[in-house]
Amino acid sequence: MEKKRYERPVIKRLETGVPAKFGRPQKPEIMSDIDGVSVESLVNQFGSPLYVYSEKQIRDKYRKAYKAFSTRYPKVQFAWSYKTNYLGAICNVFHQEGSWAEVVSGFEYDKARALGVEGSKIIFNGPDKSVEDLEKAIKNDSPIHIDHLDELYTLIELSGKAGKKPSVAIRINMDTGIYPRWDRFGFNYENGQAWDALNKIMHSGKLELIGLHTHIGTFMLSTEAYRVAAIKMADLARGLKDKFNHKIKYIDMGGGFATANTLKGSYLPGDDITPSIEDFAEAITSALVNAHFSTDELPVLVLESGRALIDEAGYMIGTVLANKRLATGQRATIADIGVNLLFTSFWYEHKVKPAQEVTQFTEPSKIYGPLCMNIDIMRDNIELPLLNKGDRFVVHHTGAYNNTQWLQFITLRPNVVMIDENGQPHLIREKESLEDIKKLEQIPEHLRNFEL
Amino acid sequence: MKINPNIAINENGLLFNPSTGESFRVNPTGARVAELLKEERSLDVIISKIQEEYEVDRYTLEKDIADFIQLLKNNALIQNNE
Ligand SMILES: Cc1ncc(COP(=O)(O)O)c(C=O)c1O
Repeated sequence: MEKKRYERPVIKRLETGVPAKFGRPQKPEIMSDIDGVSVESLVNQFGSPLYVYSEKQIRDKYRKAYKAFSTRYPKVQFAWSYKTNYLGAICNVFHQEGSWAEVVSGFEYDKARALGVEGSKIIFNGPDKSVEDLEKAIKNDSPIHIDHLDELYTLIELSGKAGKKPSVAIRINMDTGIYPRWDRFGFNYENGQAWDALNKIMHSGKLELIGLHTHIGTFMLSTEAYRVAAIKMADLARGLKDKFNHKIKYIDMGGGFATANTLKGSYLPGDDITPSIEDFAEAITSALVNAHFSTDELPVLVLESGRALIDEAGYMIGTVLANKRLATGQRATIADIGVNLLFTSFWYEHKVKPAQEVTQFTEPSKIYGPLCMNIDIMRDNIELPLLNKGDRFVVHHTGAYNNTQWLQFITLRPNVVMIDENGQPHLIREKESLEDIKKLEQIPEHLRNFEL
Repeated sequence: MKINPNIAINENGLLFNPSTGESFRVNPTGARVAELLKEERSLDVIISKIQEEYEVDRYTLEKDIADFIQLLKNNALIQNNE
């Protein structure tokens, strides 16, 4: 006789008055494959935990976003936000789709260059650009987005040395009616700082002002904030035309569009409340087309959307290490994915689906990672099917920021794979080894030996 | 240790305790263990019975049954006569 699949015995008290809910319990969704490749085969080949990207889903997302904007506005250019995910294979998918690069450090800048992105298509943002970084950017004709006055003066100085006008934009911060207001980056719109910087640039004669930039926040759920921001950006662009008869080439609205993830503490799941990319596109483009630009003045609309283009195309496969019951009576599942690998579990209630058959029985559970740290919690309270030790599960919407903010802590960072459009998995970042870690360390002579 | 003998378990996994009027849902493994507990078998016998029917190692099963029995106790479904 073939034995049945085991599930640990559980019992649940039925609340009186709500029989319907339990009358026909819903079977939890399972996810046994990603883009047609079975979770089990991925683990067999690449191990667990494992990061998995779907090339098809990245391209679909990008094309949908590009279409949403380009059908509403004639000139649109995306620039891939490197900090969101700078694995080379991921960046190149975006570059193949036509995205420029958006970087915020010398390291990211060099990475984009190493991948083969032309200097003039690398937007250089952020408060931390060294003199060498700036010189490089000037030489390569990269758009430099000025964050503060110190940088502005440095650029004026470097412009003289280089014998060439750096192409610049300034970053604007503003009140868009949302909280928190990101006023630490760039120049403020309302208090006149923005105009002060624009006047300085125009009067200096040393810098080529090609654009205006803003990035109003991240994981934004309000389309209205973008409409307000676009109106203010258009107002500055129109003002430059009036005052200096100067035409800028682009308005860069940054990124920040929310994804289907559920923010911690949110009453409603992310899929239900996140505006669509079309909603964001409508808010921004309608503000720009209704601004008083003549047709030949219409600036290119640049977008630096990060998370919205990659979050949902990334998954993490994990394995159950153990189950236990906490002193409170709550069930706890210990998984091999810690917060060092899934940094975003500090912000999101990540969706978790089992990778093998389960029944409709669930238990309110916590999911802990394997680190010996109290903060290592993937999910604080989740109705989880009854997973056994060794079972696999798939964590959803992990594509943004995890492969850039991950920490080498206690464990080594695991493999990252991408499934191509034909369902073929490719290793895109090899798991770290002890050698990789040791390579960077040096042990002074007097510390080489010991006796125990 | 035995489960209250007048408890009724139906094939849909509903478990009814007539002495308190409370209803519970048990999963198939839970129902099977509860049934075996009604027949007052020793834990060892229960464990080998389940192992004959399900794909599970003894260590996991022992641990899970101990946990299940604790849940039964929490819900006043077991008389502890030890
Ligand atoms: C300047 C800039 N552009 C784009 C992004 C990408 O943001 P998001 O991933 O929220 O779209 C960021 C991230 O903080 C940013 O700082």
